[in-house]
Amino acid sequence: MKFLTAIFLTALLSFAIGLFTVLPWYSFVFCALLVAVAIHQKPFKAFLAGFIALFLLWCILALITDNANEHLLSKKVAEILPLNGNYILLIILTGFVGGLLGGMSALTGSFLRKIK
Amino acid sequence: MRLVPFLIAAIITTGLVIVLNTQLKTGKSKTPKLGYFLSPQYGFWKNAEPANVDFNQDIKMPGITNQVDVYFDERLVPHVYAENDNDAYFIQGYIHAKFRLWQMEFQTHIAAGRLSEIVGEDKVATDKYFRRLGMVYAAENSLKVLDANPETKAACDAYTAGVNAYIKSLKPEQIPFEYKLLDYKPEPWTNLKTALFLKFMSWDLAGKAEDLTYTNAKTYFGYDDYLKLFPITQDSLDPIIPKGTVYEKPEITVKTPTTLDSLYFDRKDTLTNIPPIKPNKNNGSNNWAVAGSKTKSGKPILCNDPHLGLNLPSLWFEMQITTPTYSSYGVTFPGTPAIVIGFNDSCAWGVTNAGRDVKDFYEMKFRDSTMQEYYFNNTWHKAETRTEIIKVKGKPDVEEKIAMTFLGPVMFDKSYPSDISKNACIAVRWKAHDASNELQTFYKLNRMKNYLDYVDAISTFQCPGQNFVFASTNGDIAIRQQGAFVAKWKQQGDFLMPGTDSAYLWQGIISPKENPQMVNPERGFVSSANQQATDATYPYYLGRANLFPPYRGLIINRKLAAMNNITPEDMQHLQTDNYNVFAEICKPVLLKYIDHSKLNDTEKKYLQMFSTWNLRNDINEKGATVFKVWWDSVEVATYADEYAKATVKLPWPDESTLIDKLISDSSNYKFIDNINTPDKKETITDVVTLAFKNAAKTLQDLEQKNKLEWVKYKDTRVQHLLQIPALSNLHLPIGGGVHIINATSENHGPSWRMVVHLTNKIEAYGVYPGGQSGNPGSKYYNNFIDYWAAGKYYSIIFVNKHDVRKDERMKWHTVFVNG
Repeated sequence: MKFLTAIFLTALLSFAIGLFTVLPWYSFVFCALLVAVAIHQKPFKAFLAGFIALFLLWCILALITDNANEHLLSKKVAEILPLNGNYILLIILTGFVGGLLGGMSALTGSFLRKIK
Repeated sequence: MRLVPFLIAAIITTGLVIVLNTQLKTGKSKTPKLGYFLSPQYGFWKNAEPANVDFNQDIKMPGITNQVDVYFDERLVPHVYAENDNDAYFIQGYIHAKFRLWQMEFQTHIAAGRLSEIVGEDKVATDKYFRRLGMVYAAENSLKVLDANPETKAACDAYTAGVNAYIKSLKPEQIPFEYKLLDYKPEPWTNLKTALFLKFMSWDLAGKAEDLTYTNAKTYFGYDDYLKLFPITQDSLDPIIPKGTVYEKPEITVKTPTTLDSLYFDRKDTLTNIPPIKPNKNNGSNNWAVAGSKTKSGKPILCNDPHLGLNLPSLWFEMQITTPTYSSYGVTFPGTPAIVIGFNDSCAWGVTNAGRDVKDFYEMKFRDSTMQEYYFNNTWHKAETRTEIIKVKGKPDVEEKIAMTFLGPVMFDKSYPSDISKNACIAVRWKAHDASNELQTFYKLNRMKNYLDYVDAISTFQCPGQNFVFASTNGDIAIRQQGAFVAKWKQQGDFLMPGTDSAYLWQGIISPKENPQMVNPERGFVSSANQQATDATYPYYLGRANLFPPYRGLIINRKLAAMNNITPEDMQHLQTDNYNVFAEICKPVLLKYIDHSKLNDTEKKYLQMFSTWNLRNDINEKGATVFKVWWDSVEVATYADEYAKATVKLPWPDESTLIDKLISDSSNYKFIDNINTPDKKETITDVVTLAFKNAAKTLQDLEQKNKLEWVKYKDTRVQHLLQIPALSNLHLPIGGGVHIINATSENHGPSWRMVVHLTNKIEAYGVYPGGQSGNPGSKYYNNFIDYWAAGKYYSIIFVNKHDVRKDERMKWHTVFVNG
């Protein structure tokens, strides 16, 4: 239960802070960190929760945008990056980048909680 | 020891944030900041516009005085209905920015020499070139007259305010895609940027700087041989104003300097600093108007297709502007108010480039290396210094100090050398430096009601000189080559000139009424296609022949003369015609001289392809490829031996020069002989046959790669301004080429095709290779390209304010209200 709550809260707060685009794009790392401090879990679980939260959030947001866009832009970006024009890979990469940062900051949060 | 894992995790997290928030180097370019770029709430995903995007909107806008209604048709062309000029131009600025902001800023950054600021040190050479050419200086000069005229000042102010209203409304995540890719932000628009954009067009159309390479050629070959390579006339010329037209005595009597031979033609200069960026040599266009006597309806038809670089976002943006006093439709320049090529209720106009030389170079004599005083007409004059700071992304600024003479900026000096052997100081005298108000012309053309208004509108147009074609619903057709053209002695400014003697200065500007022009001619049509405007009886020197390709003009005039009962559809077919008149002239010559006995079976096969070719550069024609490869090979076989030993950059002779010589002067054209075979004097047969054998090897290679069809050989593309293939449209199925009416070459061609039928209610057709939106994430980014390539036209919707409300072709309605 704790695990799912952590995922849900991290995703929700990350999404919310991402609406304030005057803040830097990486502001969500503080949300992931805070949630990991507030909901104590073992480091690996904390990492996983943070990772899954951001991976899902970024993938879902990208998927929704991409579908409405009929993959017009994602195919182009997937050539530039270069992912051979594969927009599914691009969505996964997007999720992975978000997830990695989310996971690492949750891990940091989990260790921070242990110090206290 | 729980601190350690915490610290390690914190450091790794921070490190990740830093890496993902940095542009990483990959080879020559840099990645975007990956975390930012990929973030679905900040990055490129935000530019992925929904395919069913809705432009129905009510927008409160403090900068306007009355309500402005903008209807978008299904091609996303805005039809703007405003109550006054200021509101109209404000909304034009807003809409340009909404759809084309990145492009507007990028193009003016090129002109201002500010690319290094956003791209990095790779572009310092380009920036230096534009700074030293005096682009910013030119824009500042023009801004002064633009501001001094109340109409253009008001238009620019309103336009700029509209652009800035849009920029201000942008949330950080809404900035265009390319800003995110290159990682920078839009800055406020200014009237200077509008002036810079217009100067950029001057550079593109009247900025050729071949004087320097021609100077090299004169030095290298000697003046006599130079003339054999670069003659002043062309045999196949059919000028804009028909041959035999009688011209009055010139108002300006040009005095040729007495020291011409010693100080000009016999000078031995070599110049090595060749610009890093050049206007495309094929920049040109077609336009024509046919009178009612030649059309089916009895009303004139006007056509225009400007040939420019084919880019995405397109140079053009289509729109209608309507106020209670006028209503005009056409293509606009994002970055500039008003409509540039188009029509209104009663008149239509179009432009092609005049191509006259209004940019000359002078060698100055300075007292010493501080460059504060220069010698002219036996006295010393003070030079000003202009400092240009080039900001470079991630590197220290570069400072350029440019000495300014009364002629213009000293483009080349020891800090920016023109030559390796000496520190020559070379000033550039360019008409575009002079204050002028080109916008006023477009402002007036948008509102003109008849021929006299047209004459009034264009008579102040200075640079870049254009052939303005005109037609009206009351039946008039006209054309005039208009610009501030210099009254020159023969070959003045074709080469570097001495800058110490007033005898070499420009002696005057030809009065507009002396410019080549024609109204309602007997033959029932007027046309221009960048060919020389007149025959040699025109009382002023028009410039080197190589500035003016003759072939499109030749075929257009021939076809128009033969046509009758013309319909708009006929005109569309003519604009997209792929007949190769240059090949028509060359084919009999090539077939006359080829020696069949020296050819093997493969070579004979290619010769067969050529001899049975229908002279059309349609997409599947293999003969067109054989001709192109063979002709290029003939040029190489003729000239390469003479050029091989040159250590400086030399211009290559024109196609017209060689074919004219092969036809008229066949036995003794000196360059036919191969100078590397002293025992043998080659004949044209030797050259043409050898060239064919060499061409056959290339053709065989092409055939193996399955690239013998013209469309594959030519391989037309419409390229993103950053030259990123993923954002470009490649391998387009379109025929045509250089010297063909459908002048579509590799990445250059008809950038807007327009046909206007001047019936009482205007009937018009148009298409350009792009799309209304500059956003690569929009389905309106490149949606016209396939249509354009297929030679099809959209039927233009031009309706008044009353009818637009119930026009079902309008898809969206944006209402701007003051508030």
